[in-house]
Amino acid sequence: MATLHTRSAARAMMAPSVLLLLAWMIVPLAMTIYFSFLRYNLLMPGMEEWAGFSNYRYFLTDPAFFQALFNTLAIVVGVLLITVIGGIALAILLDQPMFGQGIVRILVIAPFLIMPTVAALVWKNMFMNPVNGLFAHLAKAVGLQPYDFLNNAPLMSIIVIVAWQWLPFATLILLTALQSLDEEQKEAAQMDGAGAWSRFIYLTLPHLSRAITVVILIQTIFLLSVFAEILVTTNGGPGTQSTNLTFLVYAQALLQFDVGGASAGGIIAVILANIVAFFLMRMIGKTLEA
Amino acid sequence: MGSITLNNVSKVFGAHTVIPSIDLNIEEGEFVVFVGPSGCGKSTLLRLIAGLEDVSGGKIVIDGKDATELAPAKRRLSMVFQSYALYPHMSVRSNIAFPLKMAGEDASVIDKKVADAARVLNLTDYLDRKPRQLSGGQRQRVAIGRAIVRQPVAFLFDEPLSNLDAALRVNMRLEISQLHQQLKTTMVYVTHDQVEAMTMADKIVVLNRGNVEQVGSPLDLYHHPDNLFVAGFIGSPKMNIITGDIAKGYGAHTIGVRPEHLDLSTSAGAWRGTVGVAEHLGSDTFLHVAVDKVGTMTARVGGDFPVRHGDQVYLSPQEGRVHRFDETGLAIR
Repeated sequence: MATLHTRSAARAMMAPSVLLLLAWMIVPLAMTIYFSFLRYNLLMPGMEEWAGFSNYRYFLTDPAFFQALFNTLAIVVGVLLITVIGGIALAILLDQPMFGQGIVRILVIAPFLIMPTVAALVWKNMFMNPVNGLFAHLAKAVGLQPYDFLNNAPLMSIIVIVAWQWLPFATLILLTALQSLDEEQKEAAQMDGAGAWSRFIYLTLPHLSRAITVVILIQTIFLLSVFAEILVTTNGGPGTQSTNLTFLVYAQALLQFDVGGASAGGIIAVILANIVAFFLMRMIGKTLEA
Repeated sequence: MGSITLNNVSKVFGAHTVIPSIDLNIEEGEFVVFVGPSGCGKSTLLRLIAGLEDVSGGKIVIDGKDATELAPAKRRLSMVFQSYALYPHMSVRSNIAFPLKMAGEDASVIDKKVADAARVLNLTDYLDRKPRQLSGGQRQRVAIGRAIVRQPVAFLFDEPLSNLDAALRVNMRLEISQLHQQLKTTMVYVTHDQVEAMTMADKIVVLNRGNVEQVGSPLDLYHHPDNLFVAGFIGSPKMNIITGDIAKGYGAHTIGVRPEHLDLSTSAGAWRGTVGVAEHLGSDTFLHVAVDKVGTMTARVGGDFPVRHGDQVYLSPQEGRVHRFDETGLAIR
């Protein structure tokens, strides 16, 4: 695209797709912003009227909002911790030569291919159920009282379920990064007197830093909007103990029929996601340069 | 300190025997070069000494102690790798300091030793750079710096110059030789380049298919090759090998004459031939001559020798410079 002519031709050809994508984004965003300033309840159709910032005021002063904000961050941080640490450990294990390596690797990737609702239901009914679940059986086998995970530790349970789903992704990315570590570097470190732990700290971890950054960035985007796992397991409860922002917006719109309030919540969620993204890029985005 | 002895060392990978059995003595302070064609087991042998591979049989004695079962770090050897194997995320300073840090030395001691090594290797201005900001020769020096700070009993070099361009290679060759004279530490050097072997070594070990073909000083190998393989491998251009009636005339199955030991004449001589290619280098002239009843031979003449493609020349081997070999390829002395 060197000459002026080819450049303007390229622009003309790109224009339709750019316009389409722009409309695709702008129209819903504009409508959401518009609705967020309306008193718009599905139980009272045709009664919409201008509400100013009252929707935002109600949403931000809702006690559930702070709980949801905390839960959202807890899910993101908790899942990231489990998947990054667990992912590194699994990747190192899978990198070792062993019998049946190919099959084991496929098995490890499997959870990522299961859709979130199914995964959550499997966990809810087959593992965490206090009567029929595997954990309950295990507890009874050693003479303990079965623990009702989803009622007594709902947020923790959700974090575990989501982490289980994302662990393969982290493992896969980190494993490929691990395989590109130069063999001679490892041998050089060995000759230099570095033990296994020192080699991990001084060689493997710095080598993985870029892959870890990618894992954190991509997962954060998806983890901010966890929804299906909450809907099919705890329904945000008990109370609002496992409600995150996405679920709160859903509850506002489709359980309380308050489209205006939900729209305001959606806009707040967008703003919060941008704040998180901003800090994330400042903290770890540097590793992606160079 | 610094001697290495291999007793009956062998290495087997699965069903593939890389090194059948090797006995070797490396004296303290010696510069020993393992040389041979690719796949001859020279790198494997070095890795066995380093402890990066386990021996399949035999014993390795380093500095008077049995090191056969010792971990690489415990053998007090340093290695310079072909790819340099620098730690990419560390500065030059941290790279050189790494072995000291692993050994748990004091920060002040580390700083001093790193500064010393950097001065010896002309790296002082580059200490805060990352390896990727350095040229090939500088990276090579960092790798050597990382090796010398530990003050090992011996250095191991695994084809350290093969990633450098020709001019730099000549330079680094000199620098490594000077370093050896300065440090007087045992060095074991692996290369496939016989020029490197000839120029640097105190002692050359010629390897072929995992066997030691001959051990000796560079000139010893050049003047008295034990067999055809060594005769053909040492020296550049390669020795001319002649079989048949001419060899029988010398009482041997095969004879070998080095290109520089052939006298050339345009009028008379032992063998007549036609010049195929004449390479005029100024200092030397290399002639590829199609000799009647023998085949192509290479001859080297000092200075300028004014012949061209298609000219007739006569070659005569110099008296006492003909190497004779029997049917099995062993030298007849």
